[in-house]
Amino acid sequence: MIAALRAAADFTAPPIDYHALAPEIVLGVGICVVLLIDLFVDERQRWITSSITGFVLLAAFIPVVTVGVIGDDVRSMFDGRYVIDEFALVLKALFVLAGYVVVLLSSDEIEDGGYYRGEYYVLLLSSVLGMVMMASSRDLVSIFVSLEFLSIPAYMLAAWNKRSSKSNEAGVKYYLLGVFASSVMLYGMSLLYGVTGTTLLSELGTAITAEGQFAGVEALGVVFIIVGFAFKVSAVPFHSWAPDTYEGAPTPITAFLSVASKAAGFVALVTLIYVAFPQASDVYQPFVWVLSVLSMTVGNVLALRQTNIVRMLAYSSISQGGFILMPLSVAGTGSSSEAALKAVVVYLVIYAATNLGAFAVVIAVARKTRSGEISSYGGLFGYAPALGVLMTIFMASLAGIPPLGGWFAKFGAFKAVLDAGNGWGYSIAVIGAVNAVIAAAYYVTVMREIWMKPAPDGDVTPIRTPAALQAALVITCVVTVLLGVLPDLVGRYGDLADLTGAFGR
Amino acid sequence: MLINNFLLLGAVLFCIGVYGVITRKNAVMVLMSIELILNSVNLNLLAFSQLHGNVDGNTFALYIIAVAAAEVGVGLSMVLLIYRNRKSIALDELSEMKG
Repeated sequence: MIAALRAAADFTAPPIDYHALAPEIVLGVGICVVLLIDLFVDERQRWITSSITGFVLLAAFIPVVTVGVIGDDVRSMFDGRYVIDEFALVLKALFVLAGYVVVLLSSDEIEDGGYYRGEYYVLLLSSVLGMVMMASSRDLVSIFVSLEFLSIPAYMLAAWNKRSSKSNEAGVKYYLLGVFASSVMLYGMSLLYGVTGTTLLSELGTAITAEGQFAGVEALGVVFIIVGFAFKVSAVPFHSWAPDTYEGAPTPITAFLSVASKAAGFVALVTLIYVAFPQASDVYQPFVWVLSVLSMTVGNVLALRQTNIVRMLAYSSISQGGFILMPLSVAGTGSSSEAALKAVVVYLVIYAATNLGAFAVVIAVARKTRSGEISSYGGLFGYAPALGVLMTIFMASLAGIPPLGGWFAKFGAFKAVLDAGNGWGYSIAVIGAVNAVIAAAYYVTVMREIWMKPAPDGDVTPIRTPAALQAALVITCVVTVLLGVLPDLVGRYGDLADLTGAFGR
Repeated sequence: MLINNFLLLGAVLFCIGVYGVITRKNAVMVLMSIELILNSVNLNLLAFSQLHGNVDGNTFALYIIAVAAAEVGVGLSMVLLIYRNRKSIALDELSEMKG
């Protein structure tokens, strides 16, 4: 112990690539700036905090683009513990832009709701910073720290509406299950560290074999870690917090949790599976297979009987999570592991755009109807044609109808599992296909309300949509449609060679 | 070195913690059970660190201690919030939303 410390005392500062770290630095500075500005700004000018938050997120997006344009080499820091490759960059871009859209959704909602606080934006930025760090983390310690960094602000945001007992309940449920999940995950991490003596993912990858002397301990560690992230991505049977939290939290935060927080969980799962567990595929593949099948099926069946649109979207996001897990269940099967990685990345990007758009419409409509019931969408096309068409586009994309983005995402996922060419792949493809049809049923219910039904109480006053919300709707709709027509825009990212090549294996 | 003793203690603490999270209805007791799990993790990490003779595990444990403090801070403030609104911190009464 003393000897180890003495050896470590011979310290030289590691080289730091400031260009690659620029998004994190911009966000970190932005957090301080927003916090300080909120302190001094006048009550009447509080829109300033929200627009500055938006600018910070856009400023963080610039270095992501420049690093992506300049380098085809992988930038690695701290002995490969923090890696900026194409996989990390495309997901950083996703997190930053998703954060920007959530700021657009929030600006009017939070001020009208009468529970405005500047800390809201500080917490939102902190959570985005945690996600951006998660995309680059390649070490158990940094994965844990970024996971908590993105989760702890999210717990507070879910309970943001302090006086509403529903929001309290949402926050407490999310907090208790989230913390419990991360402690179980930590126990798994401690076991893996014990077996291998390292926390670096690439070294874990060569050391974990899931056979031999420590096979049982290794399998337990892998399973515990996957359970921890299954909570994060709300996979059945670890989903029980999701519907309640989504319903009780402020709607922009629901959008944030169902998209960005979920994507961050998947990012960590993907890096762990591809970098740390490649030789443990016998352990994680059947486990992920079961999680995926359960998520798709249970999420769908429960979504069918919901009458509240936010709860319906919550169960729909559980079932979409099952589809994102689907390719990971064959991630270790040689022929399909590259296709599986691409499928997950593409699905995450398209799902993010579509789901944020759906929530933007929900927020816009709720401004008028003050109701979350699906029946309140009756006659929407009659008095708000633009919102009606947009909601139809988003629902059709979630259902996977061509030529929208969601179709290409599902296509990639099915292609990956069929490429595996074994029983696991074929069986999950069949189950997924059945579920895709069931899912269409509840998305079509919403469309039917919009197009066929009359407006409830004959109230056909038009909806006034604020500019920020309009911008969010335009961004998400353009991305959803564009990625359906030109899927190669993101389809070329997420090369397996990049992700694993960065670790000197 | 008898690493088994530490690991056994860690496993027992972990099981007690999980049992507490599942059965307790009082929010503060659940928080304490979660702390037990986190401490079992720390114990594991320190024992393994000693076994391998490197400091990775010790560093990890330090991070866990710091983050756990932050987590409990948030958790207790949330418990305070529900106590103010409901005058009770029983978790089984937190069931406004269902389905």
